[in-house]
Amino acid sequence: MPTIVEKRVLTPITKLFRVEAPLIARSARPGQFLIVRVREGGERIPLTIADYDAATGLVTIVVQEVGATTRRLGALEPGETILDMVGPLGNAIELAPGGHVVGVGGGFGSAALLCLMRALRRRGDHTTIVMGARRADLLLLVDELRAVCDHLELCTDDGSVGFKGFVTQRLQQLIDGDSPRRPDHVVAIGPMPMMRAVAETTRPTGIPTLVSMDPVMIDGTGMCGGCRITVGGEVKFACVDGPCFDAHRVDFDEAMRRTKMYVREQEAALQRLETEGICHAG
Amino acid sequence: MPVKRANKTPMPERPAGIRSHDFREVNEGYSLAHAAFEAERCLRCQDPVCIEGCPVGIPIPDFIHAVAAGDLPGAARQLREANPLPAICGRVCPQESQCEMLCHMVKRFRPVAIGHLERYVADWERMETPLPEPRTPTRAEKIAVIGAGPAGLVCAGELARLGYAVTVYEALHAPGGVLRYGIPEFRLPKEILDWEIEVLRRLGVEIVCNVIIGKTLTLDALFDDYGFAAVFVGTGAGLPAFLGIPGENLNGVFSANEFLTRINLMRAYDFPAADTPLKVGRRVAVIGAGNTAMDAIRSAMRMGAEEALIVYRRSEKEMSARVEEYHHAIEEGVQFNWLTNPIEILGDKEGWVTGLKCQRMRLGEPDASGRARPVPIEGSEFVLPVDNVVLAIGTTPNPLLIKTASGLETTRRGCLVAEETTGQTSRRRIYAGGDAVTGAATVILAAGAGKRAARAIHADLSGEH
Ligand SMILES: Cc1cc2nc3c(=O)[nH]c(=O)nc-3n(C[C@H](O)[C@H](O)[C@H](O)COP(=O)(O)OP(=O)(O)OC[C@H]3O[C@@H](n4cnc5c(N)ncnc54)[C@H](O)[C@@H]3O)c2cc1C
Ligand SMILES: Cc1cc2nc3c(=O)[nH]c(=O)nc-3n(C[C@H](O)[C@H](O)[C@H](O)COP(=O)(O)OP(=O)(O)OC[C@H]3O[C@@H](n4cnc5c(N)ncnc54)[C@H](O)[C@@H]3O)c2cc1C
Ligand code: SF4
Ligand code: FES
Repeated sequence: MPTIVEKRVLTPITKLFRVEAPLIARSARPGQFLIVRVREGGERIPLTIADYDAATGLVTIVVQEVGATTRRLGALEPGETILDMVGPLGNAIELAPGGHVVGVGGGFGSAALLCLMRALRRRGDHTTIVMGARRADLLLLVDELRAVCDHLELCTDDGSVGFKGFVTQRLQQLIDGDSPRRPDHVVAIGPMPMMRAVAETTRPTGIPTLVSMDPVMIDGTGMCGGCRITVGGEVKFACVDGPCFDAHRVDFDEAMRRTKMYVREQEAALQRLETEGICHAG
Repeated sequence: MPVKRANKTPMPERPAGIRSHDFREVNEGYSLAHAAFEAERCLRCQDPVCIEGCPVGIPIPDFIHAVAAGDLPGAARQLREANPLPAICGRVCPQESQCEMLCHMVKRFRPVAIGHLERYVADWERMETPLPEPRTPTRAEKIAVIGAGPAGLVCAGELARLGYAVTVYEALHAPGGVLRYGIPEFRLPKEILDWEIEVLRRLGVEIVCNVIIGKTLTLDALFDDYGFAAVFVGTGAGLPAFLGIPGENLNGVFSANEFLTRINLMRAYDFPAADTPLKVGRRVAVIGAGNTAMDAIRSAMRMGAEEALIVYRRSEKEMSARVEEYHHAIEEGVQFNWLTNPIEILGDKEGWVTGLKCQRMRLGEPDASGRARPVPIEGSEFVLPVDNVVLAIGTTPNPLLIKTASGLETTRRGCLVAEETTGQTSRRRIYAGGDAVTGAATVILAAGAGKRAARAIHADLSGEH
């Protein structure tokens, strides 16, 4: 079973884990994800592979606690194991080399830019990360991300650090020429409303933009079809056809509606967790 | 001595009004008295044609004779030699179109209850005989099996018995394939599957879950980095089809795979004690009329649906479900809408399903499959008010593995090309069987293919036959 070797609390609800998973670390590529289950009877939840290192066999995941399963995961400590972990799933992000790639990150999505931007920069792409949060203390992995790209642009809603405003406003400025190079590619990973806003920002200029879709999933292998989304009028399974898709062709309305399918049940699960507490044996 | 009695000894079953609210097994199984009584009905024919109907050639009259003679250990041995999964097949084989269809008794009476007897003997074996002593491999060669469905599990068991070191790689977190995630507890208790898997473990088979060949490891790595001498591919046909009609992505529409996986693999019936939810409304429509459709609609009732509808564009005659499941579904109150073609799923402003728009059909000329082609009746559209729509219209092989492996020949439909008697694929030392080769079929065909491939792998590696 994959053992947690390191845990860092990034914000009160965001935890980073480095986990021993040599097979996944060896075959992972930027943009892929994995699925974990943290207890018997537990749900299978997808998490982006934020970073991986084939040499050490370690995989990094960053988890934002939003419900029962992410809370249980967030409560695990180094030395403990994750019951099930399967991956890498989905396709790697493929971009034509040599361009200026702007990665836009929000929430746990910023972490997912780690391995992507490092790989792109290594092969000679020009790389910018635009990441945002409400306040300075909610920005994740600032030093780590600064180290893997050419420019790091921070945005906060209250202006406590960096640009005051949304990532999309800063992205607009980059597109308008406030940067040594206009973006050739944009990759947005984060909450769906943010990805949608990024899609709208790049649409008028037609800059190729990828978004990492995160619908509800079960198997992650194409077996259930629960992860289906509509892209350019065609039904796709996000787990095997994605998770990254052309932002300008994704039907965000439908995707956002579908992730709300179990809101009431999710609240019930959370309530139960709160009354019973997290039992490590269970 | 055989006794001529017209009717099958009925299978004791739980009353429909009770069983349709829980997931416990419907059939209760024969008692010893039932089994002995039914076994006497077998005529021990000179030409036991029933055997021809069995895809794995179980010596049917012999094992039934052993039951009649009270020799259950003998019956169990004969069964298991031919069929490595008798407790499962006794429950899920379509006997009415296999062994029991050919039984000589059918001409004038009801056939011998071969399936019920098979189940009885296998259950006796599971309850009354000890698990085999743990064994370790005696041969040097390692063999990898991809997929822990019936094809892969049977192949692994046969190879382990021959002394090979076998590792089974399974994508999901639990082994069993469709037997785990598809066929519900009320037809096939997981306890039976778990017992079969425990037997395999004792035979020395190593089962590694959470490994997807083609993603976690490549097929080539199994040979080059792990030193496996041969590989069996039993990856099934797990990719669900959708109709492509408007409204299919509304909230409350599921593939049967998703619907059943949430229930069986993820235990949604135990929510919130188990974490995976499944929202089942008051009225559920399942599209299709195979085993998958019956399992989905009967599961929907057990999850609380008050109205359970099957919608099928052909007629009762063309339905592919096992007859027993069909009868059980009728008893439990499932309503069948034959010659009804779904054309659109309707939803409300929030995107939840409210209805299924259908069109009436009539039967026309036979189509390519030999079945009468359903033809739409103009102006017959109507709406069934429903809260959920579940699609059980078929599955195809999952391309995950094939896409990442070179040199594996496939058919137009995405099935692996493999020799029927050996499972040999277009690549040396790679064998395949089950739904991955045939497309969605049956447990016994998958099991038979796994067994034949194991023999062929053994012949290939050892030169013995
Ligand atoms: C490909 C992919 C990659 C992902 N990567 C990460 C990651 O790196 N880190 C991370 O923290 N999370 C990631 N997610 C989201 C994560 O899987 C969900 O947050 C998780 O399933 C929630 O489970 P839960 O039981 O804790 O909460 P639940 O009780 O299931 O949900 C709680 C709340 O979260 C919302 N929610 C549930 N699922 C999703 C979802 N898939 N997307 C958006 N909102 C959702 C619900 O609507 C609800 O309001 C990813 C999802 C996908 C599909
Ligand atoms: C709901 C339902 C009801 C059915 N009822 C009946 C019935 O009553 N009677 C009957 O005879 N048949 C029935 N069938 C059909 C029967 O279950 C199948 O024909 C049979 O399970 C096929 O066996 P298999 O081993 O080929 O594949 P599967 O059972 O599909 O198993 C394949 C396994 O391989 C795994 N896998 C796939 N790809 C990979 C990969 N790349 N790496 C690792 N693992 C992988 C899958 O996760 C799965 O566990 C039913 C099917 C369904 C869906
Ligand atoms: S395995 Fe299936 S076909 Fe063969 S005898 Fe048993 S029930 Fe009949
Ligand atoms: S998660 Fe099941 S098909 Fe994508």
